[in-house]
Amino acid sequence: MPDATGLELIAQRVRDELGDDAVVGTVYYRDQATLEASPARVHDVLAFIKTHPEEPFEFLSSLHGCDYLPDEPRLGVHYELLSMTRAERLRVKTRVGVDEAHVPTVTDLWPGANFQEREVWDMFGIEFGDHPDHRRILMPEDYEGHPQRRDFPIGGEPVIFTFNQDEIPRWYE
Amino acid sequence: MSSQEGKNPLAVPYREREQSITMESLGEGQAPVYGTELERDSELFTINIGPHHPATHGVLRLLVTLEGEYVHELTPLIGYVHTGIEKSCEDQSYWKVIPFVERMDYLSYYFNAMAFCMAVERLLELEVPARAQYLRVIHMELNRISSHLFWMATSILDFGAISFLWWGIRDREMTLDLFEMSSGQRMHPRYFQVGGVMEDIPPGWEQKCREFLARMPSRIDQYEAVLDKNEIFLHRTRNVGVVSKERMLALGVTGPLLRAAGHPWDLRKAMPYSSYEHFDFKVPVGTVGDHYDRYQVRIAEMRESLKIIEQALDGLPEGRYITDNRKIALPPRHELATSMEALIHHFKLVTEGFRVPPGEAYSAVESPRGELGCFVVADGSAKPARVHMRDPSFVNLQSLKDMSEGTLIADLIASVAMLDPILGGIDR
Repeated sequence: MPDATGLELIAQRVRDELGDDAVVGTVYYRDQATLEASPARVHDVLAFIKTHPEEPFEFLSSLHGCDYLPDEPRLGVHYELLSMTRAERLRVKTRVGVDEAHVPTVTDLWPGANFQEREVWDMFGIEFGDHPDHRRILMPEDYEGHPQRRDFPIGGEPVIFTFNQDEIPRWYE
Repeated sequence: MSSQEGKNPLAVPYREREQSITMESLGEGQAPVYGTELERDSELFTINIGPHHPATHGVLRLLVTLEGEYVHELTPLIGYVHTGIEKSCEDQSYWKVIPFVERMDYLSYYFNAMAFCMAVERLLELEVPARAQYLRVIHMELNRISSHLFWMATSILDFGAISFLWWGIRDREMTLDLFEMSSGQRMHPRYFQVGGVMEDIPPGWEQKCREFLARMPSRIDQYEAVLDKNEIFLHRTRNVGVVSKERMLALGVTGPLLRAAGHPWDLRKAMPYSSYEHFDFKVPVGTVGDHYDRYQVRIAEMRESLKIIEQALDGLPEGRYITDNRKIALPPRHELATSMEALIHHFKLVTEGFRVPPGEAYSAVESPRGELGCFVVADGSAKPARVHMRDPSFVNLQSLKDMSEGTLIADLIASVAMLDPILGGIDR
């Protein structure tokens, strides 16, 4: 983990390179460093941090979403970056509202983000622009709604093959 | 079905993909798979393998376009055992989340619980007693051996050697007996708690564990003796499914698959947790990155795990097995009869659970399949606002395309086996 000073240095480098609007803020909590980027610039920020000559974080270990209801902006995307040479982690996160839930894809930087971005789209309804295969991944492709949002109720799913053939469209076609 | 929608099988409407078989011809611009001698207008055959098929190690569905016997294109379709565990976790108090997360990757339950407990302990800034850390290490390494044994049993079965199914499960049985003895459950034991472990190991457990340690090395030798001199196994694994280290890193692949490709990354060494820095063990690394290296790395990992367990048993510290912070861990049963305070703590913990201050934490452990990370968001209440598991199987599955496109369909089955995906972890 970069310490609190290291995090500020990284944030300053990003600001110098990409402008002040790229970084929204920094959080250092429980020995974990989080850099909050603005949703429009998150791809640039990640590309810069990934390839920075001095302290690159070259490995994307996890990408996940979160719903911060009732906070605004509600949705968040987290990128857990890892430097294997220095054994350090850095979390980059970005927050978007439900109405403008668009984040640029990072599959061009890390092809492995493909499944994880699809999961975030599936569960939270955050669109990843230019994603090569922008489909749902865990829920059926014709499913409606994004179940991990906190205002999505638990339960009440119709169970297929329980004498409800006529209500569930097209399963038998 | 007509091929009006174009060459891409994913262009077929979702529900109609169930109908399984489509035939197309290789177009003008498309080159046949290297090494095949098909005519330019020969047929491409799109079929479903799975979701219900014994060789898919769960309910994995592969939409495969075949060119004769060769895999032209492959798309994994997942979600068939998606049960919404992450959503369900948001409705449980922290200590009741543990049984849920254990059921994600159902062969490495201790690791799931560990990743979650570590994240919550980080949010609580909770120290785990040394004895609990050692007991956790012992159980996790037993679990790693048990998971690798089950991988060996089912994967070598896919190569046609059915005896391995019984041999592997016979030895795994010994680890399950140990789990049953220490926690009462053979699988999903809920042994790890926030702040430590549920109970100390019972008398006789250590001796039984040492019997297991004494028996396993010769068993592993026997398995290696059977496989390493088996001409069929060598032909099926050597230089098959090679994926380069750089590609593996780009795909986010971790664990034995990455180490087999020659990258010595192991979280137990690189970012030690739970006292792993106290133990002397090696990280097995492959050179070629083929199926044979993947097999060798896992076999060698079992040997290293045995060494870790032995050292942990030898150096097992005395002391508490769970934190003495009564706001987090239940008081001992005998105190309830005499102490009003203990009774209140017990009541509060069982009815409401403990509260966690608001914040976010990500903790990762090295599971038998790679980096198993748990991301927890706390909102100050007794229930987590978000629990996400970064399951290694889910990310590693993306390398199946690289492993198997252009290979024979029989090698595709071998690739799935060597990938070691656990669908409960993939779909969660």
